[in-house]
Amino acid sequence: MAEERRPKQCTVVLPTESMKAMAESIGVGQLQEESCAALSEEVSYRIKEIAQDALKFMHHGKRCKLTTSDIDYALKLKNVEPLYGFQSQEFIPFRFASGGGRELHFYEEKEVDLSDIINTPLPRVPLDVSLKAHWLSIEGVQPAIPENPPPAPKEQQKTESTEPLKAVKPGQEEEGSTQKGQGATSAEAKGKKDGLMRMKPRSTHELSVEQQLYYKEITEACVGSCEAKRAEALQSIATDPGLYQMLPRFSTFISEGVRVNVVQNNLALLIYLMRMVKALMDNPTLYLEKYLHELIPAVVTCIVSKQLCLRPDVDNHWALRDFAARLMAQSCKTFSTTTNNIQSRITKTFTKVYNNCWLDDKTQWTTRYGCIAGLSELGPDVIKTLILPRLTVEGARIKAVSDGPVVSNIDKIGADHVQNLLLKHCASVIAKACPLPDNVEQYRADYGYLGPMLCSHVVKARAQAALQAQQVNRTTLTITQPRPTLTVSQSGIGGSGGSRTPSIIKVPSSLTLMSTRPGTPTQPSPPATKYIVMATSSGSSSTQQVLWTAVLLGGIQKIALFVNP
Amino acid sequence: MAAVQDGQLNMEVEKDIKTEITNDGSGNINANSSSPGSTSSGGKSKSPAGSGEDQQTLLAVLQFLKRNKLTESVDILRREAGLSADADDSPVSDSAGAGSGGVPNVSADGGDANSLLSRVSIATPSIETSSGFGCGSGGRACRLQCGEDQPDVNVVLSAYSQQGDPVLYPLYYNGLKKFIESVLDCHRAELSQVFYPLFVHMYLELVYNNHENEAKQFFEKFSGDQECYYEEDLRILSSMSKKEHMKGNETMLDFRTSKFVLRISRDSYQLLKRHLQERQNNQIWNIIQEHLYIDIFDGMPRSKSQIDAMSGSLAGEGKRDANKAKVFYGLLKEPEIEVPLDDEDEEAENEEGKPKKKKPKKDSMGSKSKKQDPNAPQQTRIPLPELKDSDKLDKIMNMKEATKKIRLSPDNLPSICFYSFLNAYQGLTAVDFTDDSSLIAGGFADSTVRVWSVTPKKLRRVKSAADLSNIDKESDDVLERIMDEKTASESKILYGHSGPVYGISFSPDRNYLLSSSEDGTVRLWSLQTFTCLVGYKGHNYPVWDTQFSPYGYYFISGGHDRVARLWATDHYQPLRMFAGHLADITCTLFHPNSNYVATGSADRTIRLWDVLTGNCVRILTGHKGPIHSLAFSPNGKFMASGATDGRVLLWDVGHGLMVGELKGHSDTIYALKFSRDGEILASGSMDNTVKLWDTLKAFDDVELDDFTAATGHIHLPENSQELLLGTYMTKSTPVIHLHFTRRNLLLAAGAYNP
Repeated sequence: MAEERRPKQCTVVLPTESMKAMAESIGVGQLQEESCAALSEEVSYRIKEIAQDALKFMHHGKRCKLTTSDIDYALKLKNVEPLYGFQSQEFIPFRFASGGGRELHFYEEKEVDLSDIINTPLPRVPLDVSLKAHWLSIEGVQPAIPENPPPAPKEQQKTESTEPLKAVKPGQEEEGSTQKGQGATSAEAKGKKDGLMRMKPRSTHELSVEQQLYYKEITEACVGSCEAKRAEALQSIATDPGLYQMLPRFSTFISEGVRVNVVQNNLALLIYLMRMVKALMDNPTLYLEKYLHELIPAVVTCIVSKQLCLRPDVDNHWALRDFAARLMAQSCKTFSTTTNNIQSRITKTFTKVYNNCWLDDKTQWTTRYGCIAGLSELGPDVIKTLILPRLTVEGARIKAVSDGPVVSNIDKIGADHVQNLLLKHCASVIAKACPLPDNVEQYRADYGYLGPMLCSHVVKARAQAALQAQQVNRTTLTITQPRPTLTVSQSGIGGSGGSRTPSIIKVPSSLTLMSTRPGTPTQPSPPATKYIVMATSSGSSSTQQVLWTAVLLGGIQKIALFVNP
Repeated sequence: MAAVQDGQLNMEVEKDIKTEITNDGSGNINANSSSPGSTSSGGKSKSPAGSGEDQQTLLAVLQFLKRNKLTESVDILRREAGLSADADDSPVSDSAGAGSGGVPNVSADGGDANSLLSRVSIATPSIETSSGFGCGSGGRACRLQCGEDQPDVNVVLSAYSQQGDPVLYPLYYNGLKKFIESVLDCHRAELSQVFYPLFVHMYLELVYNNHENEAKQFFEKFSGDQECYYEEDLRILSSMSKKEHMKGNETMLDFRTSKFVLRISRDSYQLLKRHLQERQNNQIWNIIQEHLYIDIFDGMPRSKSQIDAMSGSLAGEGKRDANKAKVFYGLLKEPEIEVPLDDEDEEAENEEGKPKKKKPKKDSMGSKSKKQDPNAPQQTRIPLPELKDSDKLDKIMNMKEATKKIRLSPDNLPSICFYSFLNAYQGLTAVDFTDDSSLIAGGFADSTVRVWSVTPKKLRRVKSAADLSNIDKESDDVLERIMDEKTASESKILYGHSGPVYGISFSPDRNYLLSSSEDGTVRLWSLQTFTCLVGYKGHNYPVWDTQFSPYGYYFISGGHDRVARLWATDHYQPLRMFAGHLADITCTLFHPNSNYVATGSADRTIRLWDVLTGNCVRILTGHKGPIHSLAFSPNGKFMASGATDGRVLLWDVGHGLMVGELKGHSDTIYALKFSRDGEILASGSMDNTVKLWDTLKAFDDVELDDFTAATGHIHLPENSQELLLGTYMTKSTPVIHLHFTRRNLLLAAGAYNP
């Protein structure tokens, strides 16, 4: 790298235009080109000299950042009056201007009205320096306390999870142990050396008492009734850097929770669990790859399950399916690699289920909806190849439900949702793929029953796209994708006016702390079960609409939760 | 050696000429300015190694001071130098005499400089013809002629006035490069050392002679070949593309005033010499003779790794004979103190001086001090303050604590307690703990010094004089009574400096605190009254570090002016000035026996100075960046140093050898400390980590046979990772100080940077 930089060092000189600009700024009009060149060389040299001295002050100030005061001291060394009035700001915003073939970077100095300064209230006095002690290491082991950095960064989690293969090869042992250096006790390092030819030593996921408490608090808050607490808990999951030791437990909690609550048709709980998944995925310090085998089935279950709630006709489980589908798409994007092939495997799964519905008219609309949602979130290519060809058949089926004799309300609602979903996703794809003009007849021929509606949607989509294009030109990019709103319609308490019965959530015992890994998910529910009694907070039985704006997903995305009657 | 010695004859002649010039009234500065050049070129052959070098360094300092118009310091230095130079021969006294006359004129010099410069360049061609092969007399003659210039410029001028055809420079260099590439492998590594100094001097010559474009081309063509650790210097060089820039550039001066030292085996040297003579390559030969000091040794040529380990400093390696002086690295005998096991209040008696009558002590301290260590200096080699009663009590406490000390080993690592400074806003610049770990002090960029008590005992001020007079002085608890209870607080702020506080040090008896600052002063604070007692002035430039002697009373300071000063707390002027470093002194440290002082510098060398004689007794090279931390092992035998390059080097003080290299940090190491028994070295760095190293193993691994001890060519163990015992990350908190308590608990400190 040095070689690359060095030739440059020789030539870095301020451009002569700078000299001209500076000369003009102090009222020297006509400056010869030669004088400019001579000046710029001299100035460049002096600036370098001062910068070198300033670096000394930075080093002795035990900092990595050069401040304006360092430059002042360096000037002082050279017996030059320092520049007054430049206080260390975080950065000095240079502005750029060009015109008349000249480019100029300058520092905008605003005129300051002194009376304004006098009248503004004094800023808060900065906190005084204080001293705080903590244990960085106790007999060679670094305790996991907030004052210390998270024990294992993501890279290390990754190496740990991919290490077993390497550890067997003796040659690579040394590398491993150097990486291990961090937080590793000598004992641990030794253990590794001894186990040269053995497999990786069994990792014990022992949690400290604090971690156990934390885990308990977090899981209870996540599935509890208090939304504020839940928001905090999710925030913590999404941002806390020290969670990796608890990750196996969280993952089991979620997968088991989904397994149990799908059976129980507890929509709210499923939503909460999905939000936990989302929070885990948002945490930049976690290496989730190891736990996908538990998380993905749980998420897929929430997309395609036949029934997710007690009253499919009233509850809005569709939102959950949408949300989970989006989660799925996100995890495909993040975790799919050439080895695990998540994206293609997921696509295959959805297609298979979808094909089953295809063949079987009796398949629930819910599952069909889930498949379509899951597929269409995977991107326009998937829609084009897998969904568009089936629009005709799907349309016929929807027609059969809506036009035919009223079989059940549930089917009707299902068909409606599927129709809307198809229209929503397909329209934008068609709008991009098909040439103008949009001919209703053509659409009817291509897509059957859904044709005319599609046509109008496509027209709308095109109009919107045009509008967007304008906006893009005007300002910056605006994200037009509607924010996911998760609308939970709780079991029809509102209408009946009766107070809600406390719902009982079974938490499998395998989630209790310090337990061993649970058995296979097919195993019947374990003997000891822990009940969490959800005291539902809606004491008000009226048809009021409770609206939380949960700052969810690390404060990025706001999801409004509506409890509809 | 051979290459340099032929300057001897000329020296005699030169001296004569010089005196003439001084007498003929052409100006005092004349002689003054010519003498540094001559001493630096020929001083070596004239006087014994030590004094010659001292003169040279003294003169360099004088020049530096004068150039910066520090007349006061010049006077002081001259006084000091005059003393030391009395016994010596003329050049120094010359310069001293000239200096006194020269000072008032200095201001005028700047004006003349240009005309003088031109005169020199006119003078040059005529000399060029006379400058013959292998003697360099042309250069010297010229130096005399152009003597009527500002000293530093003169030095520069004289060096670079001999000029060849600039176009040929790349050819010369390339020719040598080809030759060195073609020699046997065993010689290649050694001869490759020549490249860098040669490159630098050729470049400077080109620049000096106004061949700007040629210089640039030369630089671009060959700078890529230089070792990567010279990058910093190359950057400075590259920015220097005009003759005017050379004036007053310190790096430039360093290259000129000091010869670049190379160690080359006799065989390799013969090869080089023969090649250059065959080719009649005068240009290169002249440079080698003028600016390089080639330290020739008999024996096997060194390998590339051996050379790399030792090189990297601003002026090449230390000469071998620079590290030959005997260093008494042993510890002083501990004064034997009766430890009253039952009754603490019983007065401890000091039976120093009667070691034979002593009954064996139970604790380790006592048994160790029974016999005089053959490597220890005389107990009275330098006068040390007498122990006070309170000191004895403290020693007793120390011994008691020592018995409770945890034995550290790779299997038994110390616990680390980290003191984070919160809300410091990047302003924490220095930290120190007291030896008993009861107080912690921080120096800040806002010029304040803050002292905290980390024990429940609060900090109290002594009562005012009026109140003190009311106290019953006969009472038993008079020491308690003099304290003002109203002032009790956990921390105290000391105001007085007018710039960032870069160095801070507690006195061993916890009564005083030293702080050094950008404002050029060192201040002594009382921790009884929490006021400033003395401001020691003398540095005039930022003082980067200061350190109390382990016995108190003395302290050392070093800073931007490249001079380390030894002070006693009751003298307002320094007792010793240690000059010789070629760049800022960045850290200072007393040897545990207080007879020596180590200084680390931005010239990438460590020097060890004898407090008694003021001589430099060790020059340790090997770091590739400015040195920011030093630590002596508790037995005084070894030293560790850490630099901006993130490496820790271990040194054997007695032999002056590098004995280990610890790689692992990725940024500047600001803190180093050995555990109380020396088994473990802790290092703290800007990369937010504390690392623990197994020094016992590191020192055991070194096999020191007579040959390596004699030549200093050490084979370093390759893998320092085995010595790493642990790494502890902090949460974005650079570690800037480390301290082992008496019970071997490691304390670390740094400011949290959110």
